[in-house]
Amino acid sequence: MRSATPWSIVFDDLLVATGETLYMVVVSTLIAVLLGAPVGIWLQLTAPGGLKPRPVLHKVLGFVVDLGRSMPFLVLLVVLTSLTRLLLGSTIGPSAAIVPLAVGAIPFVGRLVQNVLAEVHVSVVEAAVTTGSSTLRIVRSVLLRESLPALVNAIGVTAIALLGYSAMAGVVGGGGLGDLAVRMGYQRFNDRYLWSTVVVLAVIATAIQFTTNRVARGVDRRRTASV
Amino acid sequence: MITVENLTKTFPGSTGQVRALDGVNLDVAAGTVLGVVGPSGAGKSTLARCVALLERPDSGAIRVDGTDLVSLDGTALRAARRQIGVVPQGDSLLRQRTAAGNVALPLEAAGVAGPQRRTRVAELLDLVGLTDKAGSYPDQLSGGQRQRIAVARALAASPSVLLADEPTSALDPDTTGSVLAVLDRARAELGVTVLVVTHDMGVVRKICDDVAVLEDGRVVEHGKVLDLVTDAASRTASSLLPAVDQNPALESSFDRVADVVLVGFAAVGALLPEATSRFGVELNLLGGGLTRLGETPVARFRVGLKGERADSALEWISEAGGSVRRTLSGPQGVAA
Repeated sequence: MRSATPWSIVFDDLLVATGETLYMVVVSTLIAVLLGAPVGIWLQLTAPGGLKPRPVLHKVLGFVVDLGRSMPFLVLLVVLTSLTRLLLGSTIGPSAAIVPLAVGAIPFVGRLVQNVLAEVHVSVVEAAVTTGSSTLRIVRSVLLRESLPALVNAIGVTAIALLGYSAMAGVVGGGGLGDLAVRMGYQRFNDRYLWSTVVVLAVIATAIQFTTNRVARGVDRRRTASV
Repeated sequence: MITVENLTKTFPGSTGQVRALDGVNLDVAAGTVLGVVGPSGAGKSTLARCVALLERPDSGAIRVDGTDLVSLDGTALRAARRQIGVVPQGDSLLRQRTAAGNVALPLEAAGVAGPQRRTRVAELLDLVGLTDKAGSYPDQLSGGQRQRIAVARALAASPSVLLADEPTSALDPDTTGSVLAVLDRARAELGVTVLVVTHDMGVVRKICDDVAVLEDGRVVEHGKVLDLVTDAASRTASSLLPAVDQNPALESSFDRVADVVLVGFAAVGALLPEATSRFGVELNLLGGGLTRLGETPVARFRVGLKGERADSALEWISEAGGSVRRTLSGPQGVAA
């Protein structure tokens, strides 16, 4: 029996791991949204009844997206090592974990964004069409702006999903809270590490949810009381 | 002005091709209001979508001031769309934009610069009587107010034609009046040519100069409302004029019985009394009544006449501008 690790050391390790986790989640979420949103827009535009219906292209695109979503993240992490080396020159560390995290989330974001955009009522979109607006303007001023609250929520969902996936980053030496929990907590039977990481992860997830809810409500102009 | 020529549109249906529009011809003179009416399934929506350039017809032309818009694509199509302002069916406002922001949308698409845009938006909000709602969001407006904003948006880019697809279908009678008043004002103050597609004859009654009746994808009746009401056989007359009840027992006591349609203030007020005194006949109103088409009073009465010169009196009414149709229910009706 060893004596429990002093809280001060646990705390220092947690701080480092939290930093790594936040770095991975924030950067990969940003990249996934920037690259995934266009995929979602494209999916919605080419859908039957969309602004530029292209049924075959839509099916192919949808198939690729679903293929990407069905890929287990652990497999993606390993499969993408050559891409990671190409982009970063290295395959270990938190930055190296960002590549598979972001790539894995692109199809996920794509589907989320498509579903959100599909909620904009067809009569609203057609009204914009009859004003002579270009497709680009309709995407920007109508589809994206009308669904902004739902898009903000979708970003929150993505960030929390990536928070979960980032736990596996330890496989490529990415570190982070999940890695800390497995290596120090689970494999060494150190309950202080195990439970404190769980608490920190829960706090981060709650904070993301709370923030995106607030922002979503802040940008929503529907049902605003008139008095 | 807008002309629809020989418009045809078929859709694939479960039992073969469904012909939604079958050679539709319409003609709306500049600055007038045409109401397109008809039962559900007659092709009204398809016609509206074709005129809004949202649906491409199989054949035919839609000409605004002479130019056919059907075959256009890309940038030319987008420019053409600005010539036809559209009030779409149902709620169509951006819920994340203010009333003013919604009205500004077509101006943004047309590339109108900020200051001019704001001026124009203010003009239109004034036209529809909602200046004080400029900063309100659609969810803070009533259904009638939202629809008036939709009309203002449709008019923003100064189109020469305004198309309204069932503009009053979701509204109660009071708010319907306010929306129709705005359409009428657009015609009167901006000289816009208006095409209203509706299932509601009340719309025709209140604001339409012309009417077209659509049935099974064909125009079965097309003309001036005030002309069509004098044709007893027309659908327009039967749905717009006051009904006359049959009362054979009462009618049998007269020498002549006729249905008389009178159009206009002078005719409604003076024609029947003058016929009575001029020909020395006794004239009784047996049924019917008075209504108003737009600003014009229109009456349809069933009249019973007694006296030797009853026929001459009816003839005179007819010559003086009344539309007389003798009924067969009177004792000498056959002779007439």
